[in-house]
Amino acid sequence: MDLEPPRAHHDLGGAGKYLCQEIDRAAHALSDFDKEVDAIRQILGARGIMTVDELRRGIEAIPEAEYHRLSYYQRWIRSITAILLEKGVIGEAELAAALDAAA
Amino acid sequence: MSGSGPLAIGSRVRVRDDWPETRGRVHIRTPHYLRGRSGTVVRYLGEFANPEELAFARPARILPLYHVAFEQPQIWEEGSAGDQLLVEIYGSWLEPA
Repeated sequence: MDLEPPRAHHDLGGAGKYLCQEIDRAAHALSDFDKEVDAIRQILGARGIMTVDELRRGIEAIPEAEYHRLSYYQRWIRSITAILLEKGVIGEAELAAALDAAA
Repeated sequence: MSGSGPLAIGSRVRVRDDWPETRGRVHIRTPHYLRGRSGTVVRYLGEFANPEELAFARPARILPLYHVAFEQPQIWEEGSAGDQLLVEIYGSWLEPA
């Protein structure tokens, strides 16, 4: 165990003494944002543009401080955006223009 | 070992003590705390495309997936005797113990 590299920040198993908190068992209402992100992911999957495994990989690549600050679906949209840029499905300029238009 | 051929239920296996994350960008489904640890195959779950390759949109090998049980107190240094961890692990990560 002594020479192992540190675990990745998403790999939380066994780290309860340091990171985990009591589980909130109350039902959570999904926001419109949450549902929209989920719908985008499902469409991208159904059209063969990106897999859930790519989504997972993109979530794991979010820097640690940001990873812990973002909500569940905020992590998803961060990952989706990064994967679509990486694969050339969307471009940086196209994304910036769309964000400007939505602002 | 490779992912060829299902392992026998009840057989003792060791999770490869490998750290691909030290060699570049990866996506790994095998938890860090099980690397190099031994457990018992309790269930064969079927064959699935390797998520480590799917995560990069690469052609994926079809691998057997197993439920492997580990004695929890030895792994996490907490819990009582008899507590077990049951983890899904791909055959490509397992070798005979």
